[in-house]
Amino acid sequence: MKPPPFAYHAPTTLAEALDALADVGTDGKVLAGGQSLIPLLNMRLAAPGHLVDVNGVAGLDHVSVDASGVRVGALARHADVEADDDAAAAVPLLRQGLRLVAHPVIRNRGTTVGSLAHADPSAEMTAALALLGGSVTAASTAGRRTISAADFFVGPLESSLRTGELLVDAHFPRPPAGSGTAFTELARRHGDYAMCGVAALVTLDDDLRVTAARAAYLSVAPVPLVLDLTEAVAGRTPDTADFDAAGRLVRGRLDPEGDIHATAEYRAHLAEVLTARALREAAGNAVRR
Amino acid sequence: MSEELHEIRLRVNGAEHTATVPARRLLSDCLRQDLGLTGTHVGCEHGVCGACTVRVDGRPTRSCLMFAVSAQGHEITTVEGLAEPDGTLHPVQRAFRECHGLQCGFCTPGFLTVVSAYLEDNPDPTEEEAREAVGGNLCRCTGYQNIVKAVLRAAEIRREEAAAAPGGERAAGAGERR
Repeated sequence: MKPPPFAYHAPTTLAEALDALADVGTDGKVLAGGQSLIPLLNMRLAAPGHLVDVNGVAGLDHVSVDASGVRVGALARHADVEADDDAAAAVPLLRQGLRLVAHPVIRNRGTTVGSLAHADPSAEMTAALALLGGSVTAASTAGRRTISAADFFVGPLESSLRTGELLVDAHFPRPPAGSGTAFTELARRHGDYAMCGVAALVTLDDDLRVTAARAAYLSVAPVPLVLDLTEAVAGRTPDTADFDAAGRLVRGRLDPEGDIHATAEYRAHLAEVLTARALREAAGNAVRR
Repeated sequence: MSEELHEIRLRVNGAEHTATVPARRLLSDCLRQDLGLTGTHVGCEHGVCGACTVRVDGRPTRSCLMFAVSAQGHEITTVEGLAEPDGTLHPVQRAFRECHGLQCGFCTPGFLTVVSAYLEDNPDPTEEEAREAVGGNLCRCTGYQNIVKAVLRAAEIRREEAAAAPGGERAAGAGERR
């Protein structure tokens, strides 16, 4: 349970970090919070030749809120994003999801952007970014590019980030006016990866009738899957909408895999039940907003 | 191939230390092996058990999920740093002793570091909040009942001491030694 040897790089500016990543190429990994990477190293599931530790790079730890949403820098810790009241007011799904990320001690060190870069389809922040239609910014010595969540997550632990690129920030857009969100999940033990998790967004019109209902799923697909469930509940109020029907609709659209934690059938069942629960809660939050 | 070594300076419990380590030396191993601070216990080494928790700039952090080289420039507090210099135990340590919050003691350093930080931000937790606060730490003796009692008792001791201190209205949590 000790990490394999690697060459250590500790840049203090973004330019130095990008140069280092360009130099080490495919044999390098970025070290930010390390709460996913270091367990992989300790268990010898990964053995990169070089680690580029970006923790000393200035100017990457911001959480900034504007009319468009919340922009989270590469070194903002989960705990900092979770504690940010302005971010929670602009995009409530952030705090709703972050309180489910592992344990507080892990959130003290782990970074939100690092979790996105890790692209684990069991991670709450990947689903939050996907549900909101957010984006990430990748930088390299060749320049910067913005990648939408839909294009970023490619497979389990696989993103469209290229060799030499560093994820410098993520943008979580504000949900549309009249929207509410919710995040719910079920894990075998407190703080574990969820067997299934659902992030939901429900939008109501001025008469409090549902105009849109979407949900994003953890741990049931190779990428954070987003489903549009509007057809099941459109035109109804939060009190009269049949959210259970929306859950049943999901059952036919998912094809989860089973593992030692939960069978495929059980995960599909959880997705159905948690969908109804998350949509109902999101609709309630939309009324209160 | 011989591994590259790094000369590092760490500030632990208020004292400067130096060590020569490979980059892959975990902070937990550096504390124990290079600095001789064996109060920090190493359990699972992948961030699940919580036994190795130390405070980095005040925040509880898994020392098995951090490299010693990355800890430079930060203030590290281990379980050895909780008591006063004169040996007076930290309120959380006293509460764990009073409430029998430890059995074999292996997990205890992690609980103490986590709870000491938690109570600074949450001086008056409910029992449910106390359970949540220690939710990331495992006790394989399963002594959780008394651990939860100890968290609540520690909060009580802190409040009593804050009230008894000169200028006693000063809230527990303010003017804390971090």
